[in-house]
Amino acid sequence: MSERATRRTIILVPYLWLALFFLVPFAIVAKMSLSQVATAIPPYVPVFGLADGPAGWFAKARELSLDNYGVIVGDRLYVDAFLASLRIAAIGTAILLVIGYPIAHAMARAPERWRPILVMAVILPFWTSFLIRVYAWIGILKPEGLLNELLLGLGLIGTPLQIANTETAVLIGVVYSYLPFMVLPLYATLERMDRTLLEAAQDLGCPPWKAFWRITLPLSLPGIVAGCFLCFIPITGEVVIPDLLGGSDTLMIGKTLWTEFFSNRDWPVASAVAVLLLVILVGPIMVYQRQQARQMEAGR
Amino acid sequence: MTSQRSRALDATALTLGFAFLYLPIVILVIFSFNASQLVTVWGGFSTRWYAAIWQNRQLMDAAWMTLKVAAASAAFATVVGTLAALALTRYARFRGRTLFSGLVYAPIVMPEVITGLSLLLLFVSLGIDRGFWTVTVAHATFTCGFVAVVVQSRLVTFDRSLEEAAADLGATPAQVFWRITLPIIAPAVVAGFLLAFTLSLDDLVLASFTTGPGSTTLPMRIYSQVRLGVTPEINAISTLMIAAVTVLVIAASLATKRSAAAH
Amino acid sequence: MEPPERPARGAFAPWDEPAAQPLVVFDGVTKRFGAETAVSDLTLAVYEREFFALLGPSGCGKSTLMRMLAGFETPSAGRVLLAGQDLAGLPPHVRPVNMMFQSYALFPHMSVEKNIAFGLEMDGRPRDEVGARVAEALRMVKLEGLAGRRPHQLSGGQRQRVALARALVKRPKLLLLDEPLGALDRKLREETQFELMALQERLGLTFIIVTHDQDEAMTMATRIAVMDKGRLAQVGTPPVIYEAPATRHVAGFIGEINLVEGTVSGCDGRRVTVATAVGDLTVADAVDSVAVGQMVAVAWRPEKTRIVRGGEAISNGRAVISGTVHDIGYLGGRTTYHVDVSGLRLKAAVANAARSIERPLGTGEAVKLAVAPDALLLLVR
Repeated sequence: MSERATRRTIILVPYLWLALFFLVPFAIVAKMSLSQVATAIPPYVPVFGLADGPAGWFAKARELSLDNYGVIVGDRLYVDAFLASLRIAAIGTAILLVIGYPIAHAMARAPERWRPILVMAVILPFWTSFLIRVYAWIGILKPEGLLNELLLGLGLIGTPLQIANTETAVLIGVVYSYLPFMVLPLYATLERMDRTLLEAAQDLGCPPWKAFWRITLPLSLPGIVAGCFLCFIPITGEVVIPDLLGGSDTLMIGKTLWTEFFSNRDWPVASAVAVLLLVILVGPIMVYQRQQARQMEAGR
Repeated sequence: MTSQRSRALDATALTLGFAFLYLPIVILVIFSFNASQLVTVWGGFSTRWYAAIWQNRQLMDAAWMTLKVAAASAAFATVVGTLAALALTRYARFRGRTLFSGLVYAPIVMPEVITGLSLLLLFVSLGIDRGFWTVTVAHATFTCGFVAVVVQSRLVTFDRSLEEAAADLGATPAQVFWRITLPIIAPAVVAGFLLAFTLSLDDLVLASFTTGPGSTTLPMRIYSQVRLGVTPEINAISTLMIAAVTVLVIAASLATKRSAAAH
Repeated sequence: MEPPERPARGAFAPWDEPAAQPLVVFDGVTKRFGAETAVSDLTLAVYEREFFALLGPSGCGKSTLMRMLAGFETPSAGRVLLAGQDLAGLPPHVRPVNMMFQSYALFPHMSVEKNIAFGLEMDGRPRDEVGARVAEALRMVKLEGLAGRRPHQLSGGQRQRVALARALVKRPKLLLLDEPLGALDRKLREETQFELMALQERLGLTFIIVTHDQDEAMTMATRIAVMDKGRLAQVGTPPVIYEAPATRHVAGFIGEINLVEGTVSGCDGRRVTVATAVGDLTVADAVDSVAVGQMVAVAWRPEKTRIVRGGEAISNGRAVISGTVHDIGYLGGRTTYHVDVSGLRLKAAVANAARSIERPLGTGEAVKLAVAPDALLLLVR
């Protein structure tokens, strides 16, 4: 194979795959969000067909409208779900950072032969089913669950705490499920940091705790950005955690989309929700993508 | 802060962190051996729930389907992801590179409901029947970005002069790739495959959107059971999955360690 | 910062004055890492305004010694004193010692200016004083125009200067330099050596430098401590280390040397005759006392060897060794001959004083090597 043919294959195969299965579908979602729900198969109108011809397509295109967006923006339920998702994602990410940073920091400072084992230990729960890990918390958090039994047994509380089916439970589930996604990028930058920089700071009269704020923290900023976006973006669209651990009052937008699609079979509204969610997240996604690309360049 | 105090802080962070990560899993495993139907009351040791899942035909079918999808989608994702990683590291300039790198990294963070819905609508508008292949394609699309990141982090540290040396000694570009490049990045490619495999095993949302009748995956089965309530049977199947993954991961790490030692 | 006048280098020898108080004392210091002993029961004194070099191959313990002084390692046994004060228990950030790191350890997220200001800010100096002293330090290392740059925008030589300025701006009693010139190319390294010496003299500071480069140590140091496997092999001024090495290790580590093993066959006061594979060699001025029959080595420097054609006569009193030229290394300023003598290969270096393209000797030619008795060294250890 010639150099040019090799180059073309290497670029075109993944490019076409991702364009077809990741980019083109968004266009279809956008079109769907302008359609109307119908009791039919498929459950929406208009349906464009090859047989329609240009005149038919034009007629059908006039049936597209922004009505679904009007419905969503006008309905407190959707707006609240969007706001709740962003709130839970923001609080969850903040907690993840506060919990994850000390863990990653300690891992990076552990003796070198221990580090691969510690990394493995962080990844291992992530390799076991996500669903199962969320499920495990149901047994722990429910009113007659292990946490309440423990607290009651210790005499710390008189009546069982209502944690299951609350936003607190959702946050616990989010933090638990996404912890490896926060710890690993943080660890990667902290581990790569030149330790003599801290020695230099100390040598110049900087006490260790101050060296952390002046040297370690600023230098781990790329890891903080990567970890936070790697958690924040998917949490915003989370479905399973709010469904299993949240109550009827914890509405998150991912779950709303899911319900619209599977229970109400309202594909157009579900699509409009997806488009809005994408519009909200496109900024963070681009920040994450640029960070990732820069990280890879820097590793060179 | 003395170094002893900071060491104590490190130890505390690690202990609490790992306790948080592992305790729920340990509790889950323990209660899978509970004789009682109640998940929170210990009724003595029993393996009855393991016997029960063995007889649960639906669960077994779903598990088999999940493994097939995982293997097939991981294979596609590995090829696409490795090529994407090569394109991004080797070719600094080509038309649409920015869009390309966006397409590679975005699926990693994109909420699965969006990816799932959009792929479903693609399959519907193309008139494709949903089933094994649609789930496989969906999973490969979602996981190939992870493969690309893993392989890319290996490629950026790759010493290009090794390839130049091989070419200088008379190897054709194809020979250079198969004899030099691929063996050196192989551990990352294998790691990428395993990552894609487990991500596929784990996925509920994409599968729910893109699957059709007769190709229900294990997470979908578990999900529908979990929504009905907590049963020890779920604990048992979870324990089996955890055991399988643990054995797989340890075997893989031993294999890479041995191959690293052999070099 | 006006330093008091320092006497000329020839007269500067506080280590020979019994009344002089050392600035740094290592007193029976041992450092173990697990089962390994990096530094073993080492005692050493360094005086104020010295330019002291710790020289040795990698792994000899020289860096560990310096890190104990800076406070990054704690001695397993013994004491480290600075100006009479025991440093035990003092963390690095309170020690009045600054270090220039081998990797320079410049903070990548700070500008040159911020890097240099860091130590002063840590001391809580007022803002205008910090600004003035940073500007002065930048002037000192001739980097005035680059204050706003980040470390990755600098060349290797510029980074080295920033690291130096950052360590010096705090006016430490003692500056530690860990392989400070290791990352520079040869020409820049030589220039910088002289700049460092001039700076040290001008500021009247005490420098301790760790290096594995003997030329660097010889050029810059007032005294050199040659280290071997965690112990001091010899401490002395560069001429002493070169002309009177105490052990085979020091002799072999510093410069080139011919070393021949043998047995003492005659003793007459400090005049010792040794029977060797290349014949009897008589050392005029042996430092160590030896007994007949003792195993010793005789050594001499290649440049203290005369080489002539086999037929030519040699003036009396010199040891004469006959051999054949195996190889010739022409180095411009001098020529090195490798001469085979009964299974040994000896070196003779001849300064090319006259301008000539012809080679006086060819390979395979029979030659005589002549060494004066006072050029021969007797090595017992």
